[in-house]
Order: sequence, then structure tokens, then C-alpha cells
Amino acid sequence: MIEVKDVSKSFHDGVKVLDNINTVFETGKTNLIIGQSGSGKTVLMKSTVGIHKVDQGHILYDGRDITQMNDHQIKMMHREIGMLFQGSALFDSMTVLENVMFPLDMFSDMNTEQKRARAIECLERVDLKRAIDLFPAEISGGMQKRAAIARAIVLNPKYLFCDEPNSGLDPKTSLMIDRLIQEITHEFNITTIINTHDMNSVMEIGENIVFIYKGQKGWQGNKDQVYDTGCKPLEDLIFASELYKKIKKAHFTLKE
Amino acid sequence: MNIIEHVGSFTKLMKLTLTIPDRWSMFGRQYLREIMKLGIDSVFIDIIISLFIGMAITIQMKLNMSNPVLPGYLTGLAVRDTLLLEFSPTILCLILAGKVGSNIASEIGTMRITEQIDAIDIMGINSANYLILPKITAFISVIPSLVIISIFSGILGGYGVAEFTDTITVTEYTQGIQYSFVPFYVTYAIIKSMVFAFIISSVASYYGYTVKGGALEVGKNSTKAVVNSSIIILGSNFMLTKLLLT
Repeated sequence: MIEVKDVSKSFHDGVKVLDNINTVFETGKTNLIIGQSGSGKTVLMKSTVGIHKVDQGHILYDGRDITQMNDHQIKMMHREIGMLFQGSALFDSMTVLENVMFPLDMFSDMNTEQKRARAIECLERVDLKRAIDLFPAEISGGMQKRAAIARAIVLNPKYLFCDEPNSGLDPKTSLMIDRLIQEITHEFNITTIINTHDMNSVMEIGENIVFIYKGQKGWQGNKDQVYDTGCKPLEDLIFASELYKKIKKAHFTLKE
Repeated sequence: MNIIEHVGSFTKLMKLTLTIPDRWSMFGRQYLREIMKLGIDSVFIDIIISLFIGMAITIQMKLNMSNPVLPGYLTGLAVRDTLLLEFSPTILCLILAGKVGSNIASEIGTMRITEQIDAIDIMGINSANYLILPKITAFISVIPSLVIISIFSGILGGYGVAEFTDTITVTEYTQGIQYSFVPFYVTYAIIKSMVFAFIISSVASYYGYTVKGGALEVGKNSTKAVVNSSIIILGSNFMLTKLLLT
């Protein structure tokens, strides 16, 4: 569980990007941070990971406050975190297998065979065993995302952060990636935090949704409550989505 | 950013870089890869440039020393000392600042804008140490060999001129390159080149590591890396010459 308590953050221009955020990201659930572009959701995620230092407030990882840690302690903390980046961030010079083995090479005491076996196990979990000898440039965007998920989970992290996991993917592949992240979250009982503005993801895997609006928490709930929030900016965001338009169209077609 | 801010942020980056590697086996692997990429891959251009420069210097020296009072072997001596003192350690490093420096800056810069460096940091790895230290150590350790190869190639180029043209006789040339040899000049050349290798690899890494933006900024920073490392090399060349030779 990750608790965010009274977190505020400003940048050099003095604009408050996060304003007194309080929320809890629960273990074993897919926690979604949603909001419009520029709302502060990426800053919230990066502050939670420890990439940005917050101006005030506390971020507790199962009781351990990352805002009070020194650089070495944060570095140690990061070894419990897996992260999926927007652009996958696979290493271009390494094959898919080498990418997944990389965290093991850095931190485990396994021999080469054991590392290879563990990496292949993770690649099988994301259904990517056939691409192990290919380079990132040789595989599709969806496969890159899956390889990045395999790399993120290879060290059995307690916390998984996903930054816009669906960006650049078609709806079908997005759905597959969403479901894969949710399955992994449940299977390994990870605290997963997903930063997204994809309403399909919200409806599909939103077990705990935090809506950020102009740097403040606008609403928190789950996917079943999202249509009845009473939060105008969130309703605007939902109604502007393609998914909502499709639902509306289907509703009127049925009525006719 | 002004120059003081650049110096400050360069110093901070070097403080992060020049630390004990997280894992020696990974450092070793990266180090060998960099030796191959920065060193071995530069041997061909090193030989070609030095051969032609050696040829040109020999012809120019002979033309400038056509006075019958001057002994014939002076041409060989001048070619040897020019290569040893200035061309191989300094001009070669300026050329390598273009090849190696832009390579390093663009590689690290691309990793920065595609979040690969963030991915390394999030894993709890010191990305500066993991990426930059092998480049600096590999280039410093391979540069003396490149300089020695360059000196020999240049001298060989001059020998080619003596052998195949009537500019200078082989006897005069070989006598000249052996005449009044100062072994310290080799040490001086190697010390200078190692300092320049540090400048090229660290300045290029700095410009790559601190890229903000997209592909355009990677290109701009690669150019800045080459220009600034060349200026620093020329400035330190003067200081090192003053320190070591006078």
C-alpha cells in the first residue's frame, strides 16, 4: 500500500502543480491516476516514485516514508519497484531477452542459466517467448510494451508503476496490455499504479481511480462509480471520450 | 545556462560517475564494449589520416628546408617531432573529438529522450556510473595505443614519400627520424592524449546526459559537445605544453 499525505509540489516558475493531495494506492489492486493533460497526474506519479522531490507532505510505502529517505535509501527502495514507461524504454542495443535479464544481471546472484530461465519465464508470462532474440526495433509497439512489463516484473517487485501504458497502441492491443497488467497485479499481489487518460482502461481495470484536476484530487472511486461522480470536470472528461460516444450511439440505436 | 552553471552541473555529474561500479562484471562487459566501439573502430581512420598527414608534412618540411646549408636529415627529424609533439596527441584527438564525441553524446542523448536512462535510475542503478564510467575509462586506456599507431603511420607516410618520390632520399629521411631522439616526448604525447581522452569522453557524456527535449536537441547537444571539447582540448594543450616541456 502506498499512502500519499498532504503532498504539494511547485516548479521553478512558482506554479503549484500538486496542491495538498491525499490518497491511498491499495495493494493487489490496479490504481489509476486519471486526468486531463497538464492536470498534474504525471507529476504525482513521478513524485510518488521519488523522481521529483515534493515541497511538502509524505509518501509512505508500507509505512516507509520516501520523502524522508536519503539518495542511497531511495536507490534501495527503487529495487522494489518495477516501472513501465510510456515509450517502453527498452535498451536498443540489447535483445528482448537481454533487456529482461538486465535487472537480474545487476542485482541477482543467480548464474547465467538461472537468469536466462527466470527471464524466459517472465517472457512466457507476457506471451513473448518467440521474440527473445529480436531487438526492440524489430518488434511491434505492443510487443515492446509486453517486453517492458516482463522486465518490470522480473525481480518480483512489490510496486508496479505504469506511465501511459496504452499510448501509441490500437484499442485491441491496449485492452490486452490492460488485462495483462491487471492479471499480474492480482497474481503477484502488487501495488500497481497506472497513469492514464484512456477511458477504456478506466472502465476495464479501474479498481481504484484517482481523478486529478488542476493539481488537486477531484474524485476517488472505482469503475462502477465513475458514471455517477457528481464531479463536473470528470464528467466532462468521460463525455468527451470516444468510448462514451460509442455507448451513447449504441443506447440510441437500441431505443430506436 | 551560463558557464558557471555548466561547470557546476558537470562537476556534479562527474561526482556521480566516478564512483565504484554497482557490479564489476557489468562494468567489465561495458568496458570491453566501449574499447571495441571507441578504440578498435577508430584504428582505421587513425591510420589513414596519419599516413596522409605524414606524407604532406614530409613534402612541406623538405620545401621549407631547401637551403643547402641545412643538413638533409633535418626533414626527417622535423617530421618525427611534429608528429610526436603535436599531430598525433593533439590534432588526432581533435579529429576523434568529432568521431567519438558525437557518438557518445548522441548515444547517451538518445537514451535520455527515450527514457532509457530513467529506466536505469528507477531500477536503483546509478545511471551516470553505469553509462559514462566505462566510456571514460575505455577511451583513456585505448588512446595511448591510437597515438602510437598514429606516430608510426605518420612516419611510415613520410617514408613512402622518400621511397616513391624524389623529394627526399630514404637515407636522409631514416637518418633524420633517428637523430637526437628524446624519449620523454613519447611520454609527453601519451600524457597529453590521456588528458584529452578524458575531456572528449566526459564533455560528450555531459552534453548527452543533460539533453532535454527531442531528437533536435540531441543533434544540437552533439554539436556543442564536439565544439566545446575541441576548445577545451586546445586550451589544455597550451597549459600541458607549458607544464611538461618548459
